[in-house]
Amino acid sequence: MITIENLSKRFVLHNQGSAVIPVMEGAALHVAPGQCVGLIGSSGAGKSTLMRMIWGNYLAASGSIRVGHVDVAKAAPREIIALRRDTLGYVSQFLRVVPRVPSVEVVAEPLLQLGVDRDAALDRARTMLHRLNLPERLWSLSPTTFSGGEQQRVNIARGFIHAYPALLLDEPTASLDATNREVVLSLIEEAKARGAAIVGIFHDEAARERVCDRLIDVAAFAPKAAA
Amino acid sequence: MNALAQTPTPEVPLLAVRDLHKSYGARIGCTDVSFDLWPGEVMGIVGESGSGKSTLLSCLAGHLTADAGQVIYDGRTTGPRDVLTLSEPERRMLNRTEWAYVHQNPRDGLRMGVSAGGNVGERLMAVGARHYGAIRSTASDWLGRVEIDANRIDDRPSAFSGGMQQRLQIARNLVTGPRLIFMDEPTGGLDVSVQARLLDLLRGLVREMGLSAIIVTHDLAVVRLLADRLMVMKSGRVIEQGLTDQVLDDPQHAYTQLLVSSVLQV
Ligand SMILES: Nc1ncnc2c1ncn2[C@@H]1O[C@H](COP(=O)(O)OP(=O)(O)OP(=O)(O)O)[C@@H](O)[C@H]1O
Ligand SMILES: Nc1ncnc2c1ncn2[C@@H]1O[C@H](COP(=O)(O)OP(=O)(O)OP(=O)(O)O)[C@@H](O)[C@H]1O
Ligand SMILES: [Mg+2]
Ligand SMILES: [Mg+2]
Repeated sequence: MITIENLSKRFVLHNQGSAVIPVMEGAALHVAPGQCVGLIGSSGAGKSTLMRMIWGNYLAASGSIRVGHVDVAKAAPREIIALRRDTLGYVSQFLRVVPRVPSVEVVAEPLLQLGVDRDAALDRARTMLHRLNLPERLWSLSPTTFSGGEQQRVNIARGFIHAYPALLLDEPTASLDATNREVVLSLIEEAKARGAAIVGIFHDEAARERVCDRLIDVAAFAPKAAA
Repeated sequence: MNALAQTPTPEVPLLAVRDLHKSYGARIGCTDVSFDLWPGEVMGIVGESGSGKSTLLSCLAGHLTADAGQVIYDGRTTGPRDVLTLSEPERRMLNRTEWAYVHQNPRDGLRMGVSAGGNVGERLMAVGARHYGAIRSTASDWLGRVEIDANRIDDRPSAFSGGMQQRLQIARNLVTGPRLIFMDEPTGGLDVSVQARLLDLLRGLVREMGLSAIIVTHDLAVVRLLADRLMVMKSGRVIEQGLTDQVLDDPQHAYTQLLVSSVLQV
């Protein structure tokens, strides 16, 4: 479902003396349906960078990133927009929302984008928020004023509301209590059981042990020349 | 319901712009502009003051006459045609039926001497609506959708706040069910909370009506939340374009890097 070959990445900081920062070279990765692969490596090794290249908000310098039938490294914006709507889900570390939009609508949005009937989408959103133990009085409020853990749960509900065939999870259990951490791990296990291919970053080692089938140390993709 | 999700992705862009050029005497307004806009997409245009954003938008919408290039619009009944070569009545018809233009200053897009209901109803009459009761009820429905109280229907826009005027302008523009909407700084000059409401409103309308939009703004937070794609302009040229979050998170051009790094967090 997700296949990465010979991927490289560098940043050119034009306003800082055009410094060139090579961060990745020859990266490769394959995630089959139903598998979860964990990215590990020290801080700054490039875990988030790799994940963002799969999502398409970081440009690849070369190589290929196939998600389903789309090569994200070469795809036109509208192909990536369609991929994100139908196929590829992403639970980022931080939630970005239009202020004033109620949480339940934030969560329902991916379904609305897919053309799901509004009432059905909102129902499904309530089920997700309920499962993640977000107090019902918060559902009609914008998540902008929520605590870190509350925002994270809205983010997770939104990321899991559609049965995406491929999922990216950046620290999905960070800032959650034991009960909600357990809910998230179950959601991941259910997604795997229905055949989702997952790439995750988990600092939580026990979580990693439980849901990851394989770990990839991104240090292996460090550029040789830069060393 | 989302029209986008139900119809297979069409093979023709809604708007295909090629090598568009406009000069003001010796000064370049915009030049070398090419892009495709697909049905249901929202494209943002950002760039410093004087970079040619309004010039470009005006040329696309036909408010200004471009000196060279093509603007191919896939009309509902006509199919793809170069709007730069349309006759004046044809262009006016397009502006009334399939396109909408939201001005930065609501005064430029509203008739200040006509009631709120009249401002909305007038657009309906321009496309052939004649039944007074139906026009009034559609107008009232649209005032509701942009959160203007129905009992203000007979008030003139001059009695409205800036944010209300802007919402009225949006209602006036969307009532005829356009397919493409041009907006020049639609949230400029509004305070932050009013801006947020307007953004929410626009997002909902874009999704429900399957609208495509081109939005000029200097506000990167606005494009992040509203636009699927982003175009960055400098000195009349497009220097970078791509997915909005890609351009903002991994800008490639020196100017875009400067633009992104000079705001606190977007
Ligand atoms: N937008 C960017 N512009 C410039 N450099 C960047 C950018 N994003 C990441 N980098 C650099 O790329 C390298 C990898 O960063 P990345 O965020 O991927 O690390 P990480 O493995 O996720 O670390 P952490 O565990 O701390 O989150 C770092 O040197 C970082 O400074
Ligand atoms: N009517 C005009 N006559 C002469 N020059 C003009 C005219 N309108 C715009 N220009 C010039 O064309 C260039 C582009 O202007 P434009 O209004 O398109 O910029 P903009 O990007 O919309 O700026 P802003 O963010 O300030 O609205 C500028 O150099 C401007 O001075
Ligand atoms: Mg990281
Ligand atoms: Mg302007």
